[in-house]
Amino acid sequence: MKIAVCLKRVPDTTTKIVVAGDGKSIDEAGVKFVPNPYDEYALEAAIAFKEKAGAGETVVYALGADVTQETMRTALAMGIDRGVLLQSPGSPDGFEVAKALAAEIRTGGFDLVLFGKMAVDDYNHQVGIMVAELLELPCISAVSALAIDGGAVTAEREVEGGVEVVTCQLPAVITADKGINTPRLPSLKGIMAAKKKPLELKPVTLGAGGVTVTALALPPERQAGKIVGEGPDAVPALVQLLRNEAKVI
Amino acid sequence: MGSGSVPSRFAGVDFYHIDSLLTEEERAIRDTVRSWVDDNLMPVIGQCYVDGKFPKQLIPGMAELGVLGANLPEEYGCAGLGNVAYGLIMQELERGDSGIRSFASVQGALVMYPIYAFGSEEQKKKWLPRLARGEDIGCFGLTEPDFGSNPSGMITTARETSDGWVLNGTKMWITNGSQATVAVVWAKTGDINDAKSIRGFVVPTDTKGFTGKDQKGKLSLRASDTAELHLEDVHLPKDAILPKSGGIKSPLSCLTQARYGISWGVIGAAMACYDEAVRYSKNRVMFGKAIGGTQIQQVRLADMLTEITKAQLLSLQLGRMKEAGTMTPQHVSMAKRNNVNMACECAREARRLLGANGILAEYHSMRHMANLESVYTYEGTHDMHSLILGQEITGLAAY
Repeated sequence: MKIAVCLKRVPDTTTKIVVAGDGKSIDEAGVKFVPNPYDEYALEAAIAFKEKAGAGETVVYALGADVTQETMRTALAMGIDRGVLLQSPGSPDGFEVAKALAAEIRTGGFDLVLFGKMAVDDYNHQVGIMVAELLELPCISAVSALAIDGGAVTAEREVEGGVEVVTCQLPAVITADKGINTPRLPSLKGIMAAKKKPLELKPVTLGAGGVTVTALALPPERQAGKIVGEGPDAVPALVQLLRNEAKVI
Repeated sequence: MGSGSVPSRFAGVDFYHIDSLLTEEERAIRDTVRSWVDDNLMPVIGQCYVDGKFPKQLIPGMAELGVLGANLPEEYGCAGLGNVAYGLIMQELERGDSGIRSFASVQGALVMYPIYAFGSEEQKKKWLPRLARGEDIGCFGLTEPDFGSNPSGMITTARETSDGWVLNGTKMWITNGSQATVAVVWAKTGDINDAKSIRGFVVPTDTKGFTGKDQKGKLSLRASDTAELHLEDVHLPKDAILPKSGGIKSPLSCLTQARYGISWGVIGAAMACYDEAVRYSKNRVMFGKAIGGTQIQQVRLADMLTEITKAQLLSLQLGRMKEAGTMTPQHVSMAKRNNVNMACECAREARRLLGANGILAEYHSMRHMANLESVYTYEGTHDMHSLILGQEITGLAAY
């Protein structure tokens, strides 16, 4: 069983975001970066499958600037065997990223290619599905439970009001949703061992792509609450405000 | 306890960009232990403290993570980390609670370290991997009811017999004492006035004549197990002695290891209190504005941040010296003395800033404040470290 996992370096979800001077990117100064949380589900799934099989190889791929190596070492510390970083400043166009990843993964002979269902920084839900298309592989997206049996996978997807069970033959591309597993913390020994695991750097050049970010803005600040009064006397005023100002009733 | 007052993830305190002085691995190790504490310790610590219970269920997780004896070599099943990484682990554990850090300090620095430093190869191979995996829990028996700051005066004895040793005596204030499966006990093998005859012994706690009894009524370190040990004609085989131990210097060298960890650990407690105080000061409204906007609270917060930053730099340099082999016990005394006192002050000021809410177990500052009174007193009291430094400065012993 040979498994690839694609990983993106994203700002920590608890970071307070500041929009940079150009008005269309984030100011990275002082921002802590972490592995995309959905990709951690994919990493855990890959490591657990290999552990269960008792043999095989797991490889983590990422596309980004050189600092992405630090994020990739988290994956190696968790238990992934080796990594390949496609060196590039990244791109707002998921299709360009998918093309570069697919070109690299195509010749790897993987049984399974895992992604997180989306990256929490851009919410695009694109790259995993596009890579599947480029590799002409079946794709099951947003998977919340996954089992491998011989040459096939069975996946559960949470759909509106229920659960959908889907199967396909390997090789396949899977994008992971939460619920699929609980990602492990790397052990301290794992962190030390990660230093010695191979992490290959390969420069890539992305095309211009068709998508451009034109503006990035923070959500409006929350307005202060309003106290309209106390007790039953305040009810008419409250109803009036809920109906006419908040427009929720 | 409720979690309304606390954020789910702790972000640390790093005003002077001290992170840039750490290696990538050191940061990764720190962040991993921090996450573990957020996920596993923080949800239960308030209740454990109120109930006076050590969260024993967390031991397997701590062991799996690799925090027990983390700076000892991999050949004995340990993580083989550097000393700064080890210090950062202590910091993160004590950000949760001093009692949990005490557990790890005792297991690593006071049980595994003496077996590693003074034990035979057989003892190391037998005990260290089991202690690292948390399958054995250790305690360290040095202090006695009448010999705390003056351990050389101990009256516990080890008499050699034809087939081994017989130990008699009482040890007090022993962390992990009642749950330990193995104790490192220090005793005099010669005359009661002969401190040079002090040797270490590895004592399985199920040996006949050995009892560990919980010390009741603690108002500090309530989530830690503290016991009194009684040794009454405890017969041990010949190979129970730590062959390379000799004189009071041996247990004191263990204490140097533990104090080193404490100097880091208490920074974590201080950071937790500062973090809580900052959040509270921004949210708590009095006289129509957040109390963080008042001069008196700003002075408190400025003092805390300044002292935490100084302590961080002190411990980091101490750690680099330990890694370079240039650290002396006197260097450790300065960091233990300064940082514990700093943490005590931060905890007290944070508790005061929190007003009436500050006395609740739902918040953390008063728990840290009460814990730190023990930390101030154990592993060489604040006053003893003053005298150690005084002797270093003048060449004259005042104790």
